[in-house]
Amino acid sequence: MRLAEALRVAFDALRANRLRSILTMLGVIIGVAAVVILVAIGSGAKAEVEKQVQGLGSNLILVVPGSLEIGSTPTASRLELSDVEVLGRAVGNPNAVATTVQSSESVRVGDRSVFTTINGTNETVVNVFDRPIARGRYISASDVDTRRRVAVLGSTAARKLFGDVDPIGRQVTIAGVRFRVIGLFTDVGSTFGVDRNAEIHVPVTSAQRLFGVERIDALAVKAPTIESIPDIQRRILAALAEKYPGDKFSAVTQTQILGTIGQILGLLTLVLSAIAAISLLVGGVGVSNIMLVSVRERTKEIGLRKALGARQKDILLQFLIEAVLLTSIGGLIGIALGVGASVLAAAVSPLPAQISWWSPLLAFGVSAGVGIFFGVAPARRAGRLDPVVALRTE
Amino acid sequence: MTRSYDLEGGLVVDALRGASLRIDRGEYVAIVGPSGSGKSTLMHLLGCLDRPTSGQLLIADRDVSTLDDTELAQLRNETIGFVFQSFQLLPRITATANVAMPLVYRGTNRSERNDRARAALEAVGLGHRLDHRPTQLSGGEQQRVAIARALVSEPTLVLADEPTGNLDTASGTEVMHILEQLNAEHSVAVVLVTHDNDVASRARRRIRLRDGVIESDDGAHLSAVNTS
Ligand SMILES: Nc1ncnc2c1ncn2[C@@H]1O[C@H](COP(=O)(O)OP(=O)(O)OP(=O)(O)O)[C@@H](O)[C@H]1O
Ligand SMILES: [Mg+2]
Repeated sequence: MRLAEALRVAFDALRANRLRSILTMLGVIIGVAAVVILVAIGSGAKAEVEKQVQGLGSNLILVVPGSLEIGSTPTASRLELSDVEVLGRAVGNPNAVATTVQSSESVRVGDRSVFTTINGTNETVVNVFDRPIARGRYISASDVDTRRRVAVLGSTAARKLFGDVDPIGRQVTIAGVRFRVIGLFTDVGSTFGVDRNAEIHVPVTSAQRLFGVERIDALAVKAPTIESIPDIQRRILAALAEKYPGDKFSAVTQTQILGTIGQILGLLTLVLSAIAAISLLVGGVGVSNIMLVSVRERTKEIGLRKALGARQKDILLQFLIEAVLLTSIGGLIGIALGVGASVLAAAVSPLPAQISWWSPLLAFGVSAGVGIFFGVAPARRAGRLDPVVALRTE
Repeated sequence: MTRSYDLEGGLVVDALRGASLRIDRGEYVAIVGPSGSGKSTLMHLLGCLDRPTSGQLLIADRDVSTLDDTELAQLRNETIGFVFQSFQLLPRITATANVAMPLVYRGTNRSERNDRARAALEAVGLGHRLDHRPTQLSGGEQQRVAIARALVSEPTLVLADEPTGNLDTASGTEVMHILEQLNAEHSVAVVLVTHDNDVASRARRRIRLRDGVIESDDGAHLSAVNTS
């Protein structure tokens, strides 16, 4: 029997049991769609993070307490404001060291209020990070020294609090304390749906008093060149080790952060894909099951075909093609759904889905493979049926 | 040939206890006998759908036991046509597609298949029912489609197990007429099983089976009747 003919027969058989075929495909459809969506979200998230971390500016070294490896326990920060000076001396340029202490607070203007991240920073932030100011000015050294209650707003925060009114020179109330708006940030993108334009920066000293803390969360150091990074990392860690003997600190670059995040996301994608693969496997078992039912139902047909000259091979092929057709059609529908859902997710939700060319191909290959794997046993059973027994079956 | 079935619990059923016969090209043979005497068993052996427990079957001087699955399939496809009591048509496809099925396994291309299937259907008087599905046909018409399927591959032997068993007298007569015509005009050997004395009496040779052995054979001059 020719392949084209076998395909036609298999297709007819599937069409004859349309509802059952579709229900059988459902497992494969869901599995494949899940694989495509999860891979899309995984790679989208990775791309997004890379973009954000790169957007921090080049030659940046972040200094945080504790270790930055997967599985390490977070450490309470013992860094304090004087460490800005310590590091400034260590790297030989006080202007290259920025700091931050963060907390989420409620911010109010008149009867409008928002709940957003308040970032306590110093004057070097504009230099260390690429965070341009659209209008007004950024926090100055004297703002920090005199603990002035001034604030720089992102565009979202400005719009939510002031609407169309120009915020510069006006008052905002942060956690019950009044601050004066001195500048507005240029727009930046969002990370995982967290809108960085909603941020508000205030002098780190004012923030510490506002939050009632002595600590700072992290330090950032800008290295003059890529080549100088290892040396500067060494100097930072040496200075901190001298001040805090026995404590662990990390001084990492974007590349190192990207590596760690990549590892985490890779692991996450792997786990999610494994779950999706299991659902594909369950779909495959469903296909196998239905094929066995189909063989039993068509025992007479198989006997007849053998009597008319079908070889074991012809019957085997016919049922195998039927199984593969089931899973590949299911696979195609799953891919269409998965791609559609990913595009939709990227468009309307904060999930950064990104379709990679290989995931639909892989999903299709796997679903066709599932068809072969789970179709072989029923197809072989069909091929081996004794024609007399088959024909006597009523 | 003998054919016995092993049942669970060590029970053995001797369906055919030793039947020896020879059928020549162009013969018209009726096999008769009480129910359970082994008629269908014999037909399945003759049709190479089953293998004898002991003994030998030669078709065109080839020992069937030496053939593998592919060769057996080819033998059935090219040499033997089957007609069953319960028609055995596939319900989802048209009369033409049913008739063309043996040619599918011969690798014949589609247009030639359809031409030959159409011609076969016209030969059994169903030229006006080409695209009907089996469920849209009467019993007699269905059996004629089955005969068309048996003759489309131009076999040298047609095996018909109670071909009129499910038909009324008129349809039965029509079917028998077609089989006789096939035998007369194309010198195809026809072996049929029947419980109908009228049908049996029209055959040139009658073989009577009882308890798995041949009790009598009009064509004994051609083959040795062998019991035990
Ligand atoms: N697969 C089988 N397993 C066990 N016994 C079987 C099997 N097939 C047939 N038999 C037995 O073999 C004997 C002959 O069966 P067969 O079908 O050849 O009879 P028959 O002459 O065609 O009868 P009928 O006229 O009723 O069709 C019967 O006793 C039957 O029960
Ligand atoms: Mg019988």
